[in-house]
Amino acid sequence: MAGGIKKFVVGSFDDEAVLFPAVKNVRKAGYKIHDVYTPFPIHGLDHAMGLRETSIHTAGFIYAITGTTTALTFMSWVFTKDWPLNIGGKPHFALPAWIPITFELTVLFSAVGMVLTFCYLCQLSPFVKKHHFHARATDDLFVMAIECTDKTDDAEVQSFLQKAGAKEINIQVAETGWWIGRYDREQKLYREEKGY
Amino acid sequence: MSLLKYESQLREPLVGGDKNYHQVTEDIISPIEMKPSKLWYIGFYISVGLLLFGAYSVYREVTYGIGQWNLNKTIGWGWDITNFVWWVGIGHAGTLISAILLLFRQGWRTGVNRAAEAMTIFAVMCAGQFPIWHMGRVWMAFFVLPYPNSRGPLWVNFNSPLLWDVFAISTYFTVSLLFWYSGLLPDLATVRDRAKTKLRKLLYGVASFGWTGSTKHWQRHESLSLVLAGLSTPLVLSVHTIVSFDFATSIVPGWHTTIFPPYFVAGAIFSGFAMVQTLLIVVRKVMGLQDYITLGHIEAMNKVIVLTGSIVGCAYLTELFIAWYGQNPYEWYAFSQNRANLFSPYGWSYWLMMFCNVVSPQLFWSRKLRRNITVTFFMSIVVNIGMWYERFVIIVTSIYRDFLPSSWSTYYSPSIWEIGFYLGTFGLFFTCFFLFAKYFPVIAVAEIKSILKTTGENYKAKMTDIEKADSDKFYIEEVEHAH
Repeated sequence: MAGGIKKFVVGSFDDEAVLFPAVKNVRKAGYKIHDVYTPFPIHGLDHAMGLRETSIHTAGFIYAITGTTTALTFMSWVFTKDWPLNIGGKPHFALPAWIPITFELTVLFSAVGMVLTFCYLCQLSPFVKKHHFHARATDDLFVMAIECTDKTDDAEVQSFLQKAGAKEINIQVAETGWWIGRYDREQKLYREEKGY
Repeated sequence: MSLLKYESQLREPLVGGDKNYHQVTEDIISPIEMKPSKLWYIGFYISVGLLLFGAYSVYREVTYGIGQWNLNKTIGWGWDITNFVWWVGIGHAGTLISAILLLFRQGWRTGVNRAAEAMTIFAVMCAGQFPIWHMGRVWMAFFVLPYPNSRGPLWVNFNSPLLWDVFAISTYFTVSLLFWYSGLLPDLATVRDRAKTKLRKLLYGVASFGWTGSTKHWQRHESLSLVLAGLSTPLVLSVHTIVSFDFATSIVPGWHTTIFPPYFVAGAIFSGFAMVQTLLIVVRKVMGLQDYITLGHIEAMNKVIVLTGSIVGCAYLTELFIAWYGQNPYEWYAFSQNRANLFSPYGWSYWLMMFCNVVSPQLFWSRKLRRNITVTFFMSIVVNIGMWYERFVIIVTSIYRDFLPSSWSTYYSPSIWEIGFYLGTFGLFFTCFFLFAKYFPVIAVAEIKSILKTTGENYKAKMTDIEKADSDKFYIEEVEHAH
């Protein structure tokens, strides 16, 4: 997975009302926010961070119409071409009777496809391990990780975060991608890197 | 940001007590980190016992054939399909709560949706057992799938409501499972990050799929939940509609009516909410979650019960009226003799159904009774008995006297193995539910946190001050302006 070992200044906030202006200021100051980890979805944070809208719902629509066409073409083919059965003398092309199955397959394709797409995009799967900047990011802290480059002055970023209201600040060297691992084991993906 | 959002003081808080984010995590997750209580073991073993009895009943049915059940000519569908429809109906509340109430922006769903969705999944699992084992030759069950086979290929009949059912139930199960589990991921990650032992870290690590809480992931997760809710809303309505088609598309008197789909859907929601009440009243007490599943939640669900119960009541009366108004002698006979006549063999079941489903929920027009836990618990059981009888009435009273009086059957009552099978599904349901309550967060932790600052009791209290300060300031300015 793309990524590699990088250095981060990590600031943890305990109030989302403090986090929002902090995100704004950090971006204004020209630092690069790697990510903000939060215990629950915070509306508007994605916009504040300048993330683009997700288009996962468009994918859902495409899966849905795939389901619709699959169901309709398959049933038409079976009942008009492959093996036309005489069912009580009713028409072979019995469109109204196929609506329930068409609907169900539309929903099924869309739901399954979207969840798989979601897992793929977020790289979520059993045995996938990622670096966690703070164990309480899934409990009550809002954790902002700022990526450092060669030119970044760590101390400056730290004092900046301090002023912005972060409760805990530290520097972490971490693998940004994911690797196959287990949460009961301390392991890090080994990757030869030039510097950070 | 959420502090800026104002919610009316008239609405009662959805999260009681003086809570912060960490306290929420602690309250909901610590019960699943402790050793199970004695009570849990007792309940669990009783459930497993029932499950084993059910398994033995099914074993007899498979070995000796459907004759182990007291089905007869003309009652080819008895307890099994009654139970099937009953369980599917119960399985409607979860998705209704999580999907339809999400679209309607009902904040109170967050307290109950997780457990209700779990209940849905287990109820659908139980429901699925009945048509499968009713096949008799269960090893032929795969014949219901449209796969290229060596018999022609002779495909399944896509025009048959029974096949629609196969698609509806399996889609419903899959989509509910995906919806439930995708919502569980962040909470399982919370459990993982609190885990002390290696085993817990391993298991919850695997189960949480490496969730981090990244903002981008949350953004996608929100979008996914919303679309899944949008898909599940028509899905949940379609499933019981299709189940009702099993009856409505036939020409059996008492079944051949166009009112069935909405009437079944209302009944399903009615019984589903009753089952949610039964379970959650126990769960909130045993796990100490009264701050999250408040009296307000219980009252809200009771309102749904009185609404859907009344819809069901209207449907019963409409059905009866149309049977008379339609002047079809067979239809009218089914209603006037097989059902409404108290002295006919099954008349008692019709009136029991009427009492449980139509009369008794009317108690909930009283706010005092809606907020009374004992009454609610009792009523939830009454409603579920009533809804079971509804399906029994529809199925058995319509077919025990068919068009040919010479084949009118003798009185049908279930055999011990039919009852055992039903008890077995209770075993399956409660075994799953006990495991769920022990190993999964029974309340959506992340969702509670996201509504905490608008609807938490302590935050709402502060909001009064903020509001007062604001209005005072406004008043002073107005006065100054006037002078």
